[in-house]
Amino acid sequence: MGIGDWVSSWPVYRQLTGADRTGRGAAARSARTERLRPRVADADKVVKSICPYCAVGCGQNVYVRDGKVTQVEGDPDSPISRGRLCPKGSATLQLTTGPNRLDTVLYRRPHGTEWEHLDLDTAMDMIADRVIAARLTGWEWEDDQGRPLRRTMGFASLGGATLDNEENYLFKKLFTALGAIQIENQARI
Amino acid sequence: MTDPAAVSGYEDPPPRMGFFTDTSVCIGCKACEVACKEWNAVPEDGLLLTGMSYDNTGSLNASTWRHVAFIEQRKPLALQDPGVMHPDVDVLEMAPLGSSTPPEQALMTPTAPGQEGDLRWLMASDVCKHCTHAACLDVCPTGSLFRTEFGTVVVQEDICNGCGYCIPACPYGVIDQRKGDGRAWKCTLCYDRIGDGLEPACAKACPTDSIQYGPLDELRERAAGRVERLHEAGVTDARLYGHDPADGVGGAGAFFLLLDDPEVYGLPPDPIVTTRDLPSMWRHAAAAAAGLLGAAVLACLTGRRR
Amino acid sequence: MAECHPVGFQWVMAAKARGAAVIHVDPRFTRTSALADVHVPIRVGTDIAFLGGIVNYVLTHEKYFREYVLAYTNASTIICENFKDTEDLDGVFSGLDPQARAYDFSNWRYEGGDVPAAAGEQDQEYEERVDHAEAQEVDHAEAQEAARPEVHGSGGAEALAEGARLQTDETLQHPRCVFQILKRHFARYTPETVEEICGIPRDTFLRVCELITENSGRDRTTSFAYAVGWTQHTVGAQYIRTASILQALLGNIGRPGGGILALRGHASIQGSTDIPTLYNLLPGYIPMPHAHQNEDLDAFVEAEGARKGYWGNMRAYVVSLLKAWWGDAATADNDFCFDYLPRLTGDHGTYQTAQAQVEGTCKGYFLLGENPAVGSANARLQRFGMANLDWLVVRDFSLIESATWWKDGPEIETGELRTEDIRTEVFFLPAAAHTEKSGSFTNTQRLLQWHRQAVEPRGDTRSDLWFAYYLGRLIRDKLSDPAHRARMGLDADGRGIERDRPVLDLTWDYPTEGGYDDPDAEAVLAEINGFDAHGHPLSGYTQLKDDGSTSCGCWIYCGVYADGVNQADRRKPYTEQDWVAAEWAWAWPLNRRILYNRASADPEGRPWSERKAYLEWDPERRKWVGPDVPDFDEHMPPDYEPHPDATGPEGLSGKDPFVMQSDGKAWLYAPVGLVDGPLPTHYEPQESPFTNPLYGQQRNPVRNMPKPGGDFFHPSDGEPGAEVFPYLATTYRLTEHHTAGGMSRWLPYLSELQPEFFCEVSPELARERGLEHLGWATIVSARSAIEARVLVTERMTPLDVQGRRVHQIGLPYHWGPNGYSTGDAANELLHIALDPNVHIQESKVLTCDIRPGRRPRGPALRELVNEYRRRAGITEETGRQM
Repeated sequence: MGIGDWVSSWPVYRQLTGADRTGRGAAARSARTERLRPRVADADKVVKSICPYCAVGCGQNVYVRDGKVTQVEGDPDSPISRGRLCPKGSATLQLTTGPNRLDTVLYRRPHGTEWEHLDLDTAMDMIADRVIAARLTGWEWEDDQGRPLRRTMGFASLGGATLDNEENYLFKKLFTALGAIQIENQARI
Repeated sequence: MTDPAAVSGYEDPPPRMGFFTDTSVCIGCKACEVACKEWNAVPEDGLLLTGMSYDNTGSLNASTWRHVAFIEQRKPLALQDPGVMHPDVDVLEMAPLGSSTPPEQALMTPTAPGQEGDLRWLMASDVCKHCTHAACLDVCPTGSLFRTEFGTVVVQEDICNGCGYCIPACPYGVIDQRKGDGRAWKCTLCYDRIGDGLEPACAKACPTDSIQYGPLDELRERAAGRVERLHEAGVTDARLYGHDPADGVGGAGAFFLLLDDPEVYGLPPDPIVTTRDLPSMWRHAAAAAAGLLGAAVLACLTGRRR
Repeated sequence: MAECHPVGFQWVMAAKARGAAVIHVDPRFTRTSALADVHVPIRVGTDIAFLGGIVNYVLTHEKYFREYVLAYTNASTIICENFKDTEDLDGVFSGLDPQARAYDFSNWRYEGGDVPAAAGEQDQEYEERVDHAEAQEVDHAEAQEAARPEVHGSGGAEALAEGARLQTDETLQHPRCVFQILKRHFARYTPETVEEICGIPRDTFLRVCELITENSGRDRTTSFAYAVGWTQHTVGAQYIRTASILQALLGNIGRPGGGILALRGHASIQGSTDIPTLYNLLPGYIPMPHAHQNEDLDAFVEAEGARKGYWGNMRAYVVSLLKAWWGDAATADNDFCFDYLPRLTGDHGTYQTAQAQVEGTCKGYFLLGENPAVGSANARLQRFGMANLDWLVVRDFSLIESATWWKDGPEIETGELRTEDIRTEVFFLPAAAHTEKSGSFTNTQRLLQWHRQAVEPRGDTRSDLWFAYYLGRLIRDKLSDPAHRARMGLDADGRGIERDRPVLDLTWDYPTEGGYDDPDAEAVLAEINGFDAHGHPLSGYTQLKDDGSTSCGCWIYCGVYADGVNQADRRKPYTEQDWVAAEWAWAWPLNRRILYNRASADPEGRPWSERKAYLEWDPERRKWVGPDVPDFDEHMPPDYEPHPDATGPEGLSGKDPFVMQSDGKAWLYAPVGLVDGPLPTHYEPQESPFTNPLYGQQRNPVRNMPKPGGDFFHPSDGEPGAEVFPYLATTYRLTEHHTAGGMSRWLPYLSELQPEFFCEVSPELARERGLEHLGWATIVSARSAIEARVLVTERMTPLDVQGRRVHQIGLPYHWGPNGYSTGDAANELLHIALDPNVHIQESKVLTCDIRPGRRPRGPALRELVNEYRRRAGITEETGRQM
């Protein structure tokens, strides 16, 4: 910064030399204020999304910079929400990027008193083994009247109302093929 | 009234921008509170069940720039104190008392209304008023508080030194120092956003358009029409608050449509800029400052050349 | 609505600004009441009496929309002679088997000449409808178990047997026509009765009646919006039925501004019903098959489908689904793998599953974004179930209560469970958020809306799509590996391959993308949409074939990927469209925004009025025109009359708007479809401080009761011990939180707005029980006791019912012991008596006691509950009588 700039950046100098004789307006603007830009203006991309809370289905715009979500707000194009969000929808940034979220697999062994860490691949492999075993244990070919059942009562699933349609579809397809019938979600709760 | 931006050194400033908060359509959802905090990264400021209806925010402060008040009442309404009806009862002290108190000795509920008329639940989102004559701005010795080209009043966090002079100056009790930080904080009317043509976060989120943002002139016109319509519809309680350039703060940049006296919402009925007598004082101070400045600049320049 | 769907409420406010009257019926004065023109406090659990009262008002004051009723409802249809009403039988309908606690629905059917109408619960009549040599009598227990109303509600019940002729009386005078039955049935729901049952003053009630009827007709429409306040009852489905009757009488269905709008509570709870993660359904409301001898695909379709209307094409929907799942393996020769589908034998809902866990038959459990340890009724039973599992997989954002109960759950505190003794293996897998994956949500108005991935998830976090896909791949790999098969003993019974064929034959190849090789969600959507024989995306379900040449994962979603374009991702701004905004996202079915929109025009196809014009028949162009997609072929003229033998959509006339019903009519009287009666009837809730003043029958006689053990019920009015639980309580949500709290209690910005669990009580109740504002209260039921901070507020109104004053306690149910904001869970108090149609628990009504102070800690908590049970004389049998 040259000396001239340095002096002219001084509020009192600006108050005396500029139009702002109050010294509380244009003359008082700080360096940060001069640089100030809304962070949404610096987003690398704006991704169209839908609020994950209730079933109104408000439109959301997700602002991303350097691979991180920097802001989530209402999508003004939506005929449902017209850009508005409730307090929960307005908290989407905290929901998705806040410290509340865990990002590691945790494991509690039988009779264990504490969580342990487990890598994801191992966890997936263990779960697959357990599904196969529980399926077999709870398998029923037919009922006591000899009617075919071809099912397992060995495992169950609860959830889906917060999931995407595509996710529910794969779960329903896989679990049904495995013979599981106790597949439920919040719709009945 | 002169445009506060024009007298603050902005050549050909944009129209003065502000909020019109129409409490008659507020549903008390508090989206404004959350949207404000998310945008401005304002910290959470405590988990406290206040017992003041559904208002667990309490008041505007350094970490609450929008505050939704909830008032349960019967109509017609007797005289009330702002928000809380029992000035002798500290509701926050009621919590730890437990339930051992026999009911006949128990303190009154702060939400207990009178017995006449229908139950009414008023909700209103309060915010910094961005006064035309802003005392906080007047007393700020560092130039941290400044008037923007939109006529709003904003704290510059890189300048504020936490002196705290602004806090008692505010006739509404809006601006506040943040614990552990020391600096003063309040609503900026999303200065960064409006500078880029965006709506402030609270107004954008508001589901029912209770919070409206726009050129103050337009908002005042719209608000007058709204009051008229409400009166025609029999809502004779409707009145504006903070819209009048002749009031004690020269008119607020954020004004309200209320359904009862301002006191009911915890708003001062007749706020007056605490620095009303300041302008004459300031002129003297400015002259003195100019003298000092001359000396200081000389000293600096010579010092640098050396 | 302002409380739980604030952004949706903007439209109510917009309507209000244009002069609409807003009526809010709720036991509590909420944020919705604050903005309503009329708030009607009601005793919880009495809405059928309230709505029935309005039906009676409409009928006695002749406020119904006569032309609409005559043309579009079954008002003129004559019902068989066997039908006896609750008026005749003191609160039950004909056909009740008290032993089985089930109805024989054949008593409710349409009059059909000599041919018996194949009415009623179809599985019950399976053997009758399917020509089996070894047809056997369906036993009572099975009849009770086999309650599957979904077959009819959405699945097109067959109200009339093949070849039978509908008997009608257009004058509506025949004593057995629906209209006259309706009049008799609702005659006793007078304003006085409403006041006596609901605690709603006569004047308030009549004001509501006037507002609704004045705002219905040719020029105006009234709509009803409801949420779980109507569904979580032992008579929940009948609540909705009562509203349906009312709206059909007023002509408010299928028209702009009308309807009955379910305000659902989760981003894709509608989608998870359409593509159901529900035990009794296959995608698109196709029922899951029940166990039968020798049932093949044809028998299934014959039994479950309908002849007329769109369910007439059910075989095409089923075959296309089987083709989507089993691809080339599904052929005409093997019945398209129909026998790969597992069979049901009764109610396998979530509460039965919890009991199966306690009993030890269900050993593994997936929790996918669900927190039953807080969010399900009788949460304690849920935890005991989980404590008896071999393994539990929890996929969520944070360590919700359902993931940590083994460590710090309430039963650890009471000493009933010891961490070291619990053998359940628990896997917590962090789940991706909507910003971290692409996919579609189906919102409450049937709109599929696509959300695009913004960023990659961190660490071990993955989408559920990833999890399902790779779990499937791992299982398939293991089942294909001989070494693994031998190790696991999969072939020990000699039928291992037979068991595993459905898994191995499954179409399970999806393209992957991104850093974690996520399956491509659009490819899954394309499969759901379906393909023709050449692999081209289908554009609508009318293209589906029953010969295996088409595939479709969910027939009602067919068209969402029309032309190979993701229609759910359409985002044309609403400002650039008409008010219907048909180019924003995609609504099932066929992008139709108002269902049954044929009813928006009169029988000749002209709008009922200029003001309410929507679809109309253009005689020049010989097609239906308007801003929406018609329910039926757009060229079907209003005067089309089907050949008597015509089936499917062509079996209905050009004047039949209700195209999913086998007679094309709105059902004022439901001859099939509900297991607890063809007409709604007021019954008291499972637990009530009052006796049913209408009939000797106190409760819904066929409500579902859980097996004994783990759940206890209170005595109701008139039974000894009822006075021990003198108050009513109801549970609900707050704006600031979400369901069981997994997406809100962990967030500081939401937690600070409602930081603690509280109960809401009236000042009178506070005085009566010595409760102090902001003090603590303990609320007790026979299930458990919880503590809450007290908010004393006049928003809770005591009501005068049957000459007595009754207090209602409000309990928001969001809290649990984990998270940033904590508190006891209201669901600890609830019982699991269920609606018999949909098996939903009665979360909205229970009786309880409330007392000042905090609840006991440790074993003393259970002692308190046991003491209450003793005082009330509660046994396993209490409250279980019919």
